[in-house]
Amino acid sequence: MLTRKRRRLGAKIAVLAGLCIGAAFAGLPVVWMLSTSFKTNGEVFQVPPRLITETFSFDAYAKILGDSAQLRFFINSYIVALSVTVLTLFVAILAAYGFSRYNFPMKRSINAVIVTVQAVPPITLVIPYFGLVVALGLYNTYAGLILTHMVFTLPYAIIMMTAYFNTLPRELDESVKVDGASSWTALWRILVPISVPGLVAVGVYTFMISWNEYLFALTLTRTDDMRTVPIGIQLLMGQHSYEWNQMMAMSILGSIPVLVLFLLFQRRFIGGLTSGAVKA
Amino acid sequence: METAKLDPAASPGAAKSAPESSAVRRRRTRPFPGQRVVPFGYLSPTLILIFVLMIIPIAMVVSYSFKDNVIVEQNPVFAGLANYTTVLTDPNFLAALKNTFIFITVSTVAHLGLGLAFATMLNTPLLGGVTKAIFRIVYILPWLFTVAVIAVIWRLMLDPSGVVNYILTTIGVMREEVSWLSDPNTALWALTFINIWAGFPFFMISILAGLQGISPVLYEAASVDGATAYRRFRNVTIPQLKPVLLSMAVLDLIWTSQQFALIWMTTGGGPLNVTEMLSTYTYKQAFSSYEFATASAAAVIVLLLTMILAFFYVRLQKER
Repeated sequence: MLTRKRRRLGAKIAVLAGLCIGAAFAGLPVVWMLSTSFKTNGEVFQVPPRLITETFSFDAYAKILGDSAQLRFFINSYIVALSVTVLTLFVAILAAYGFSRYNFPMKRSINAVIVTVQAVPPITLVIPYFGLVVALGLYNTYAGLILTHMVFTLPYAIIMMTAYFNTLPRELDESVKVDGASSWTALWRILVPISVPGLVAVGVYTFMISWNEYLFALTLTRTDDMRTVPIGIQLLMGQHSYEWNQMMAMSILGSIPVLVLFLLFQRRFIGGLTSGAVKA
Repeated sequence: METAKLDPAASPGAAKSAPESSAVRRRRTRPFPGQRVVPFGYLSPTLILIFVLMIIPIAMVVSYSFKDNVIVEQNPVFAGLANYTTVLTDPNFLAALKNTFIFITVSTVAHLGLGLAFATMLNTPLLGGVTKAIFRIVYILPWLFTVAVIAVIWRLMLDPSGVVNYILTTIGVMREEVSWLSDPNTALWALTFINIWAGFPFFMISILAGLQGISPVLYEAASVDGATAYRRFRNVTIPQLKPVLLSMAVLDLIWTSQQFALIWMTTGGGPLNVTEMLSTYTYKQAFSSYEFATASAAAVIVLLLTMILAFFYVRLQKER
């Protein structure tokens, strides 16, 4: 009995040690980013490196938040990501309802197209998008970014929402239709309200994709007042010739929305994510 | 709607001859003939968006690739396969192809290995739920940062006077500082390492979900037969996870081959083209050299390569 207990303890210590090494690999760069954001720029590369210095301050954050040009990146990112989320959810709810509740010709082919769209490389699309967006007069506008971001968010949202609607019994919407209501009413009055958990997972993921998008934001905008946070971080890298503390502060401020969303909806999100990735 | 009429299953005769249960279902979803249009009504915004954002652009890029003087000039001329010849004989393109291959295969293998290792540890019955939940959040962290942030973090860490060099020289692994991202000997490997760090959490989450789906009965049966922990892992865990692992690997090859922002913001394809990838090559052709025609040819080649991978992905999904 004793040896068995001891072996169990040994295994436990081994697993804990392994987990700690993994956590250091995953977490230390993030800790270092946080630590650097509180330093003065002169201390960033001091030898030996220190996690917390005497001059610990929020100056770098104050500089970013006090600069209207930097704040503009955040406002742009919120406008684009929130619009993309609302529009994606609306379009995906309609499509998912069609897929989940109806049989129609070419259903399988349309579904296959939607799945395939996810694999098309952004670099292939960015060239024609550039031509298209300029031709439509959407170059350097929010609309151009919102529209093109939806190409990444929509397929995933439709697949996830269809899977979610499929778990809800048909009797729910049929019961409303028996009373003479249209399928439209059944969808918005019955299905959508009980699908909030699914909508949250899809919404969070959509927001994340749009907030993080880089290539289209880089090529389809021209002036700094239209650019989003990822481009803002890159611009900071060029302009201020390595104000590392400000770059880290901006990076953290730019990551907060996604971090908060993730921590709030962790459980639903991971569940939705894995089912989508594995079953899509 | 022409095809709707051609579909034999949609005709009333076929519905009648179908088994009772499906006939009932049909009647219920289609109370009157106009109903047939309804699903297309719900799908119309999606279909319009896919047409405008996918079908038209792909047609455009394919047509650009056979022409010359596109986008920047008014009168494009037909150029046949000239752009493809230019791209396929460009040593920079061939280098990009080779680099992309190394980058995506090494990343994917490392993602699989790390994801499997971390997921197995996080699935252990030896530790409490709270401890595991905390570790899980730490492990997911890299995946929550946008590529711009990841690029900035690692440029700081891998700077010649940065913390990575300090640690490695202090513990005596290296004698002198290395400029990881600007030394042609190390740049591709440093970039691949950053990508491994950024991408393993997604694998870990998916494998963890897969592990939790394996029936405990299988492990109990193996234990009764006297199988060691290693044998249980080899003969129960791996075969059960195989479908998930295979699809994840193909998906990762596709995603990693599309990586642009990370390369662009850390090395920009340099030094001496050692980190040039298909994505950065195409981007430079288009937006640095304004050679939109050759860029389009490269973009079409990238699309075809991706579609080959996507084909395998769909086949793997169907097998399950």
